[in-house]
Amino acid sequence: MKKLINNLIQGLFLISSTVTTLTVLLIVFFLLREGISLFNESPLEGENILAVHSKNKVKTVSAEQIKNIFDRKITHWSEIGGSNDSIILFTSQDFDTYFDADELGSKFEHLPRKIDSLINSTPGIIAVFSKKYIPPHFRGKLVEVPDVSLSSFMSGREWFPTAHPAVQLGVLPLVLGTLWVSLIAILIALPIGLATSIYMAEVASIRMRNLLKPVIELLAGIPSVVYGFFGLIIIVPMIQDIFNLPVGETALAGSIVLAIMALPTIITVSEDALRNTPRAMKEASLALGANRWQTIRRVVIPYSISGISAAAILGIGRAIGETMAVLMVTGNAAIIPHTILQPVRTIPATIAAELGEAPNGGIHYKALFALGCILFVLTLIINLWVEYISRSRKNR
Amino acid sequence: MNEHPDASITIVGGGSGVGITALLDGSTDIAMSSRALKTDEKMNFETKGMKISEVIIANDALAVIVNPKNKVGKLTHEQISDIYTGKIKNWKEVGGADTKIIAYSRETSSGTYEFFKEHVMDKKNYDATVLNMPATGAIVQSVSQTEGAIGYIGLAYETKEVKQLEVSYDQGKTFVAPSVESAQDGTYPIARPLYYYFDESKSSLVKPFVNYILSETGQKNVLDVGYVPLTK
Repeated sequence: MKKLINNLIQGLFLISSTVTTLTVLLIVFFLLREGISLFNESPLEGENILAVHSKNKVKTVSAEQIKNIFDRKITHWSEIGGSNDSIILFTSQDFDTYFDADELGSKFEHLPRKIDSLINSTPGIIAVFSKKYIPPHFRGKLVEVPDVSLSSFMSGREWFPTAHPAVQLGVLPLVLGTLWVSLIAILIALPIGLATSIYMAEVASIRMRNLLKPVIELLAGIPSVVYGFFGLIIIVPMIQDIFNLPVGETALAGSIVLAIMALPTIITVSEDALRNTPRAMKEASLALGANRWQTIRRVVIPYSISGISAAAILGIGRAIGETMAVLMVTGNAAIIPHTILQPVRTIPATIAAELGEAPNGGIHYKALFALGCILFVLTLIINLWVEYISRSRKNR
Repeated sequence: MNEHPDASITIVGGGSGVGITALLDGSTDIAMSSRALKTDEKMNFETKGMKISEVIIANDALAVIVNPKNKVGKLTHEQISDIYTGKIKNWKEVGGADTKIIAYSRETSSGTYEFFKEHVMDKKNYDATVLNMPATGAIVQSVSQTEGAIGYIGLAYETKEVKQLEVSYDQGKTFVAPSVESAQDGTYPIARPLYYYFDESKSSLVKPFVNYILSETGQKNVLDVGYVPLTK
């Protein structure tokens, strides 16, 4: 009977660990599958194609050129290697302006013919419409639009996932924004966190530590939207005043909020590492005549350096993945940051802000999953790094 | 709800396109939309043999706001568009002080983001330097504490911390201040109707609800939640 219960409990443990592992693997698989399916998709929405007049010499138009054409920054075909005609825009949103509803017939059966004659009579036209309206004897010319590729995704500098008719998916500003904010955050948080943990592990009295510890742990329990609100009301105007900036929503504001949020992680992990220093080593140092500060600097910190590094990296991990607080204070403009006093847009903020309205299975939705993959790879690297560092500590 | 205790209504979020697609799939009875049906959507309903009814239930208007310290009190359609596409970068270009313009917008997922892009910017894309805020409250907060800021919010989101601009859609001949009245009589240009779409074969099911919205109490609710009621 006792054996049976033992076996049963062991079985339950096995099942729960298997389920956990499988769940993690499934999430990773799902993320990668949705993200990778982005590539080799056309940047035109849905089933759309791009057509021009048959005499037009232009053979391919990139997504970026399409955006500039529809933003009226490119107005003549000569600017992208065509004739001198000025460009005339036509998309399926303009059906109403170009055609009368009566002309199209009650079931819109005349629409393909209408599109055909419009394109044939307008030399400068650029037409984007669904391929189901291509008429049988189409007199226009279909123009190739290069698909989204890994290199254009990673190196693109423009993030306009809802631009019409061609989306712009360049994640370079988002990746750099994320790394930039996290790096500054850790530069702020590490000295403060380290100082606090040294104080708590080596200097503070037991009563003081019993007071400090719960307060710091409380920091970890505050919801991130509260930090975000605090940042928007207090830190943003403060930065604006101190640096005399036109706008306070900057990378620095995000970094300060993230630094506060990363503090509990850094303090807890590095304090644990510091307290693991064997008592004998500290006493030996003191016995040799070293004072308390010398002991901390020459014995305690070198002994626990790998634990402190792990704390720093875990803090970076916390900062990279943080969403809501950053969304509220960094301004979220997708530009490549050059200073810490510029607005930035991070990957988690982008996913949080946009996923709710991205149509299921569309190119925007897939692009957000691809962003999730990038974030996953970043945190995976960080976790492996922590693993490596804590292993090298054990081997010593 | 008190008058019809047996009726139950479930609301699912999403943009206008999401609702219209759901109506096409038959997974919803009423699609709420902030824009009229596009021609290709009408065609989709046509090919499925569905007869769709359209009811305008309210109007929505956007106010363009600036910091109260800003001297500029009115802008034309073209100036607002140029500010958001990044052509105009300094307030002195539109008659204000020599300060950099900080443009705030809603996130891409917001209906007002698309509305503003279509009605004010002629479908041009926002400049990359425009700041995106997650909520209307955040825009008001930022505009109130940033001297060079400009933003847009729903008309009824009245607040003392920011200044609403008069806008002109006729190259500066007439400027109109945003208000419920000017949106109702059509003189305020940045306004749009809000629609309900439903399948006529289900009209007995949804009609009581639509009638309620159009009734006096329904329209009072429209005003209470920040939209512009229909004119009688």
